This record gives sequence, structure tokens and C-alpha cells, in this order.
Amino acid sequence: MKPGRLVGIVSYGGYIPIYRVKTSEIARIWGRDGEPLQTEEVAVAAMDEDCVTMAVEAARYALKRAKIDPKEIGAIYVGSESKPYAVKSSGTIVAEAIGASPNITAADFEFACKGGTEALQTCIGLIASGMIKYGLAIGVDTGQAAPSDELEYTVGCGGAAFLVGPKTDETIAYFEASTSYVTDTPDFWRRAERPYPSHARRFTGEPAYFRHVINATKNLMTELGYKPEDFDYVVFHQPNLKFPLRAGLMLGFTRKQLEPGLLIPSLGNAYAGSALLGLVAVLDVAKPGQRILLASYGSGSGSDAFSIVVQNSPYRGNPIPFVSHLLGRKKYIDYAQYVKHRGKIVF
Amino acid sequence: MRRVAVVGVGCTKVGELWDKSLKDLAVESATKALDDAGVERVDFVYVGNAYSQILQSQGNLGSFIVDSLGFNGTPSISIEAADSSGSLAFHEAYKAVKLGWANYVLVVGVEKMSDSTPEEVAKALMACEDQDYVAFTGITQAGLHALVLRLYMERFRIKHEDVAMFTVKAHKNALNNPYAQFKNPLSVEDVLKSPILADPLRLLEYTTIADGSAALILCPLEEAKKITDKPVVEVLGSASATDKFYLPERIDSLTFNATVEAAKKAFQEAKISIDKVDFIETHDNSTIMGVISIEDLGFAEKGRGTTFIVEEKIPINTMGGSKGRGHPIGATGVYQLVETVWQLRGEAGKNQVKDAKIGLTHTLTGIGNLAAVNILGCL
Amino acid sequence: MGMLSAPRYWREIKYRYRLIGSRCLKCGKIYFPRRLVCRVCGSKKLEEYKLSEKGKIETFTVIRRNPPLGYEKNVPYIVAVVRLEEGVNVLSQIVDCSPEEVKIGMPVELTFRKVREDGKEGIIEYGFKFRPTLE
Repeated sequence: MKPGRLVGIVSYGGYIPIYRVKTSEIARIWGRDGEPLQTEEVAVAAMDEDCVTMAVEAARYALKRAKIDPKEIGAIYVGSESKPYAVKSSGTIVAEAIGASPNITAADFEFACKGGTEALQTCIGLIASGMIKYGLAIGVDTGQAAPSDELEYTVGCGGAAFLVGPKTDETIAYFEASTSYVTDTPDFWRRAERPYPSHARRFTGEPAYFRHVINATKNLMTELGYKPEDFDYVVFHQPNLKFPLRAGLMLGFTRKQLEPGLLIPSLGNAYAGSALLGLVAVLDVAKPGQRILLASYGSGSGSDAFSIVVQNSPYRGNPIPFVSHLLGRKKYIDYAQYVKHRGKIVF
Repeated sequence: MRRVAVVGVGCTKVGELWDKSLKDLAVESATKALDDAGVERVDFVYVGNAYSQILQSQGNLGSFIVDSLGFNGTPSISIEAADSSGSLAFHEAYKAVKLGWANYVLVVGVEKMSDSTPEEVAKALMACEDQDYVAFTGITQAGLHALVLRLYMERFRIKHEDVAMFTVKAHKNALNNPYAQFKNPLSVEDVLKSPILADPLRLLEYTTIADGSAALILCPLEEAKKITDKPVVEVLGSASATDKFYLPERIDSLTFNATVEAAKKAFQEAKISIDKVDFIETHDNSTIMGVISIEDLGFAEKGRGTTFIVEEKIPINTMGGSKGRGHPIGATGVYQLVETVWQLRGEAGKNQVKDAKIGLTHTLTGIGNLAAVNILGCL
Repeated sequence: MGMLSAPRYWREIKYRYRLIGSRCLKCGKIYFPRRLVCRVCGSKKLEEYKLSEKGKIETFTVIRRNPPLGYEKNVPYIVAVVRLEEGVNVLSQIVDCSPEEVKIGMPVELTFRKVREDGKEGIIEYGFKFRPTLE
């Protein structure tokens, strides 16, 4: 999908909560001491944080960098699978918190871990068509995992907001194209009113994650006529460490292209925030002229792939923290505090 | 304008009085006051109560209490100003007699808190603060006092031990008050080792849930001399003042202007100077507010309140104060006045202040956005 | 509907989310929370004014016992008087900080957090809190 007019990233902001729990601590509780783990530690939202508060923090960071009048934002879309209201759009609260309401459209997107990239595609469409001036696309999650489930070792919390608008000389980067690959594949899901997701174990691999990420990426590269070496950075959705690395290898990318966007070992899988935070980490360090491949993955299933070209480095006079800074800001909690934070203690 | 006397007093014990309802408490204290005065009917009943609408779902206490006393048709009003409810009920009663609107009036302060859980009480105690910007932060009333305590100790370099003396003295005096809630002497160490309510304020520095009722009968001074043989206690001055509602706007100076203004006006009306005061019944629902009140009333310089207490320059809270006698919020102002009358009449027993001629009472609402000062004398 | 009033919460949204108070058009005095009447000059003409998002802690406490209904899960929590850059004081919880770390004079910045929930069925109330400034 190529936009009729080029759309750029005006600014962006990432947010990661301060608390961390070491996965070795989780292993201690469930009798898996000493086993090798794919993550060192995962980010945990504070008791008074949720998707909405994290979305607001990310959005505020993006706006601080952008210095635009929030009232010029025409759309706010929040992608998440852990939004606090099943019915009441998180976007309404974010819009009010940044002073963008009321002449705005807002909605929440759900497609497991790719809600955020869909929000991005939708904003690109609205801007390219001239319907809005700026759009804010946010992907954010407080990952949920049932106690003792394997997911506990990888779920994290966090998200990112992207303020997009028409491409100008000042935009940080622009989108060349996006492709999506979506099928009905029940690999991982959460029934309405159930607190924790379920998954089909090893079925979540080849027919799910790999089939969709690889196809979306291949289709994108074909559409644009690109080869793996045309990209400087590759950011994939990170449900764990193995999948993005293997997908990268299968597509012909190198570890060097993948490393800067791999946050899972110290953040965990922030679900709808995962791929977008990886993109933020890459944009924090990318140089003008470099090209980024971004491919999210949402269970159920689908993948959104983007080709992004960097125009400007954002760190000139950057008033907001880098992802590396946010990752370095941490306080450890033990498993008891972790379950208290994640609401697993029934009051 | 007439001179006004207090001609009858009475009160219940203070404590967790499981067997007594709000009505039982009010009737008990009112009856004692009426008997003490030798009076059977009054022209008007003034009720002081802070939280009965919230904790007991019982409003309209004026009519409620008049009816429970069997006074058919007597007009009545219930006054709410949190901890100053009792003092302001007294003030209104005093005005009525002073201005000739009524001859005999009954003042009843009453509070029933122990039917409620600590969480319900904590929420009610915040009713006197801004709901949208103070209660909304989740701070408790104890927390507000703790903010002041920390700033005060930091600003004036005062040791917590010296502030804690307020509780020690309060409990010491309460030992000889048959109506007091607490009968256990405490040391500074006991106070500072008690659990933390809100850093750095300790449990034993702050008042707790209490039920109680106290009552007074007021009448014109000339009448009082005719109906009683007891020493006649006159109301010399009564005043109140408010201050900015939101604590952060007035915490910087650590001076609570509501107290300063109320005291100034009361002394002006009484036409006496502060050095004539023989004893003080001041507001100590926390140690630090007791200390600061001593300063704001004019008895000590700012930052020197603890020295005043440690050196016991003038007797303070002679029957235990809010901490020792107990703090049934809306009734406390009236308890202070009842205790002042005992002192002035020479009926204070072991805690009798020698040659007590003039006494001052002071209540502070919440963390200080309203204060009331009353001065009584037996000259 | 539980114990929290949706309309009452809704009225304060803008002011609590973005720290908006008042400025007197006549004498320039700045207030938080907002006011209808200027305390200094008595004017009833006040405009909305967005307070600065950074400040320092003037004094603080840690609530450990008997929190009000709705705040039990947060215990222990820090509440402080924060002096904003304009010299206006505001009462706020301090988050992302342990009771052992908080100090008078600590620089803090605005953050957006949940304040309380009306059980599992009712509304979620959001508002401002402050956290140690990310240097």
C-alpha cells in the first residue's frame, strides 16, 4: 500500500514504566531455578498505571518534541489488548489529557500485538487523503499472563506514540509503503471477560508468527523492489528473543540489522507496544538516509510491515528521554510486589 | 447588649461507648447541664456536631435532640464546622443571649464515631478539606498534620521528642479527669515508638475515634446570680475566623491565621491582655497543631511553642485536652468550655489550677481553615 | 453506579489532567486549584492558566494507616506539597519513588496516573501526580 501523498513522522515518544521484575525471581517461585531464560527482566506497570496512563505519557513526550498545537491533531488511535474499559475509548482520555479534544476523531484498535501499527496505517491513510493534518498513533499494553504460565517470563509493559503528518523537510522520517498480511489463525487469543490470554503452544510459531511476518515483509520488499541489504535496521515484533532473530535470518537479514530494535531481553514483550518501542529505539540512533523495516505481529493473525526512510536525527536539542534512558531508569520488585501490581491478588 | 454567664455544665465520659447511641449521649449531657443549672426548659437549643450526617446518616440534629429531651416545639439549630462545631454552637448561643434574643439557652456538642469503621471515619475527617483537590490525593487528616509536622521540625530545627511532649502532658492530666478516654500515662519513648500513621506522625500523637457529649446552659449574668450559689462564670469574649481553604496556599508560614485573628478579636471583646490568662484549653488533635496553636494564640513566639510546653509556663489542656480526654469532634469545643467552667468554679479536683480566674479555649477546624476562641472568666 | 460520581469527576477532568488553574486578569495572581473570585483584588475576571509541570518538594508524608476508601491498594503512598516554578504550591501524590528516597527539595515533574477506581464496575478516575524528574 503506497500512500498518494508522502506521510512523515513529525515526532514520537516512548514510555516504559520504572518497575522491573527479574525473570530469575519468577523462576524461583515456580521451581524453575537455574533454567536458561530468554529475558533478564521485564517492565511492570505501577499500581496506578494502565494503558491509558502510559499512552498519555508517550503522547506527551511526542508533543513536547513536536511543539505543535494539540488542537491540530485530527485523529488519535490507541492500539492495545489490555485497555481498562472494554467499552469507552482510551483515545478519548488521551485526547483530553493532551488538550486535543473536541474536534477530533478517536478510537481504540484491537488486533492483539499489532493494534498500534494499524493505528499508524489508519493515520497515514487519513493524512495522505488530506482529511486530517496530524494523526497520533499509539501502541501500548500492560501485558497479562496467568500465574505460572510461560508468558510470565516474557510479558512486559510499555508503549510508544507517533505523531504523523505530511512529509516535510523537518519530519524525522517518512513512510515509503506498508503491507499487511492477515488470516484467520487462532494461535493466541483472549475471550471476552477472561483476565488472561490463552495460546496454542507451539502452533504460535511457524503457522502464526513466522508465516505472517515473513509474508508481510516479503510482499513489502517485492512491492518496493528491495533486497535485505537495502535496509539498515529491521524491527520485528518481539514475543521472545528467538522468533525475531529466526525470522530475520529466514528473510536474509543479519543480526546487526536486528540488534538495535531488540528490546525484549530488558523490557519483555510489551504486546501492542513492542514493535513500536523497537522502532523508537531505532529512530533514537538512526542517521539521515538510513532505511528501516518495521514488521509487527498480532495474533489471530496478521502482520503489518512498513518501509521507513530517515530524514533527520531527532537528538538535536531533544527534550525527552531516549528509550535507552527509559530502560536504564529502573527499580526492582520481587514476585509478591509483582503480583500486587498486576492485580493477581484478589482483593 | 447583656453580659452572659454559663450557669450549668455537664458531660458524658469520652470513649468507645458501644452501649450509647448519639441520642443517648446528647440526652445524658444535656440533662446533667440542666440539673447543674437547676433549669427545666430553655428558649433555644444549639447543637454542635461534625459528622453525624456522614457517619450516622442522621441529619437535622436540632429537631432530633430537642424532641429526645421532651421539649415540645423549642426552636433549635445544628451547627457544623468540623472540630469547631461545638465552639461555634456556643458562639451562636452566646450571641443570642447577649443580644437579648433568648434568655436560657442549651448548647449540646455531640459526636458518635465508634459505630463506623476506621476507613469510614478517615473519609469523614476529610470532609472539612477540599474534596476535589485535597481529599482526591488520598491524603488523610493525619497526613495533613504530618506535612505540617515535618515542615515545622525542618524549619525550626525542633526535635520530635519535644513535640511529643504534648501527648505526654495530655495523658498525665487525663489521669485525674474521671471523664477522660485515656487513663494510661505515656512517656516520650512510648509516643515515638508507636506505629506511624503518616510519616513522621505517630499514632500516639494524634487523636482517635471517640464518642461523647458535653453541654452548657447560658443565661444573662444577672439571672445567673439569682438561680445559683456556685461561682458565676462569665463569657468575656467569643470569636472565630477563617483562612484559605487549601492547605498548600498557607503552609509556608506555619502560622495559622484563623487562630491569630480569632484570638485577636476575642481578646479585644474581653478587653483583657494575654498575660491575664491563667490556663489554656487548646486544640491538640495532633501534637504539632497543639504546639503551633500555642504560638498562634500569642503565648509563644513562632518556633518556640515546644519550649512553652516543656517548661509549662501556663497550664495547658488541664483535663487532658483532645489527646487525653478524647476528641469527639463536634463535641470537643463544648468539652473545653465545660472543663474551663470546672476550673473557674474550683471544681477541677486534682488538676485544679490555683487561683484560676480567666481561661481561654481554642478549636481549629481540620488543618486550620477555621478557628474559634472563647474566653471565660470568674472575676 | 458505585460511590464515585461521573458528572462530578467529569467537571474536573481538564483541570486535573493538565494542571490548569486560574490567573486574575486584573492583578495577575495565579491560583491552583482554579478560582471564581480573586482573593487579592476581588475581581471575578479570571482566565484559565496552565501551571508549569516541574517543581520541588516542600514537605511530604507517607500514608501508612487508615487510608480513605478507594486508596487502600496504594498503601504506602507519598503525598507532598510541591512548589511549582511559578511559586504556587500544589498537593499531590509522589510516585515512582520509595518512601525512603523522597526528600524535601527533591525536583519532581508532572505525570498522569490512575487515582482510584469505583470497584470493578464503576468509572476509573485519572489525574495528576508527580514523580522524581527524569534527568
